[in-house]
Amino acid sequence: MSEPLLRTPCHGWHVANGARLVDFSGWEMPVQYTSITEEHRAVRTAAGLFDISHMGRIVFRGRDACRLLDRLVTNDVASIEVGRVRYALVCNTAGGILDDVLVYRFDGEYLLVVNASNREKIVAWIQEHSEGYDVEIEDRTGDWAMLAVQGPRSLELASGATDVDVAPMRYYRCAPVGILGHAGWISRTGYTGEDGFELIVPAAATSELWEHLLRTGGALGLVAAGLGCRDTLRLEAAMPLYGHELSEQIDPYTAGLGFAVKPEAAEFIGREAVLAAASRELPQRVGLKLEGRRIARGGATVFSGETAVGEVTSGTFSPTLEIVIAMAYVTSASAATGTAVEVDVRGQRVAAEVVELPFYRRPLQ
Amino acid sequence: MDPATLLFSTSHEWLHLDGDQATIGITDFAVEHLTDLVFVDLPEPGRALAAGEIFGEVESVKAVSDLYAPVTGEVTEINTALPDDLDALSEDPFGRGWMIRMTVSDATAAESLLNEIAYRTHCNAAGH
Repeated sequence: MSEPLLRTPCHGWHVANGARLVDFSGWEMPVQYTSITEEHRAVRTAAGLFDISHMGRIVFRGRDACRLLDRLVTNDVASIEVGRVRYALVCNTAGGILDDVLVYRFDGEYLLVVNASNREKIVAWIQEHSEGYDVEIEDRTGDWAMLAVQGPRSLELASGATDVDVAPMRYYRCAPVGILGHAGWISRTGYTGEDGFELIVPAAATSELWEHLLRTGGALGLVAAGLGCRDTLRLEAAMPLYGHELSEQIDPYTAGLGFAVKPEAAEFIGREAVLAAASRELPQRVGLKLEGRRIARGGATVFSGETAVGEVTSGTFSPTLEIVIAMAYVTSASAATGTAVEVDVRGQRVAAEVVELPFYRRPLQ
Repeated sequence: MDPATLLFSTSHEWLHLDGDQATIGITDFAVEHLTDLVFVDLPEPGRALAAGEIFGEVESVKAVSDLYAPVTGEVTEINTALPDDLDALSEDPFGRGWMIRMTVSDATAAESLLNEIAYRTHCNAAGH
């Protein structure tokens, strides 16, 4: 028997509002309410509200919290100021990526937000490596929930639900905040390529916040948005997804995430292996634009002539660009922008071109 | 086409039979379930199909689904307008959204297809 699926505090709303629910890493999550394309466009032009409560939320407190995190993740934790968020990777000793995470620093505590698919693995990894550190670690995934408001209208929406002025907050900043009278956290972060905020609130207050945002945001064009468009949005923005672009077989440099590796800052686990990878000739993560309407999905082989030169990790029809796009790992010889390649899409060769990432960049305000 | 006059497969194709002339498409249920259609691939006229054989595919943002011939015969015509007018599938799946016409050589397989009421019951029972 498989375990029963976990449900977020908004589950009842999702069901009552016609969401298509799927098993997503052990959680029963909404893929879409109307259509992926419609929800995608709403996020690009107005705003979308996402239930992302399945993301893991782990709190670190105590004298050695920073020192332990610097051991666990590739980025420089010691230099994160209070009120800042930093993207980082957790690597194994071979330099393979165990997860990609966000480290939030608050006054007196750190929050590690991890992928739902990796939460149990990462919690165990932390336990295994925290011996001898004076640190208190709590997995708060269950008693808190997390909502994301994403899109050009998100500032107005977030302002209406919080008791501090969030307008001056810059990208990758975080703060404790009162949300409809409940103590929570807000950050200017997201996984869509748009401006946006992520709100962490007590589970018991989540449903109220969800409905409040939809009620007040309707006039601004806010719609409930599922994980289906979260995937197409992040793909256009070229953000990696664990299990697709990232895995234990991929190191941070191959993934194009060298910016999140600070080997000079700390002796993180996997440091030597990661550094060794940095000096090797590696495949590279690239963007592909495909001809036609067939979608090249994860696992499709990329060819240069008759030679296999790489593999697609994610692909979709881009609702914004209205073309088929994909991310792939290809050999460095085929990685230059403008290189003509072919992709085997279920037995048929489709012409493609290597293009610069991201596919989509939001217009500057 | 009036759905009450059609036969349905559990894989969500519909079949209209008029003597040995068949018209085939996919149901409103299938289209609603797929959503976000981006591509449809249909066979060449002249292609011989056996009942149960894959005759094409329909692709959405999320997934690719194969299309199955409900009866045995030869493809005589395809809806060439459809690949550039996928909205026809959501707006008029039993009319403008038709996919292929066939001359049927063996209609035995049609005997195990469902009428509209049985098909709707099947869709509801599948928990969708």
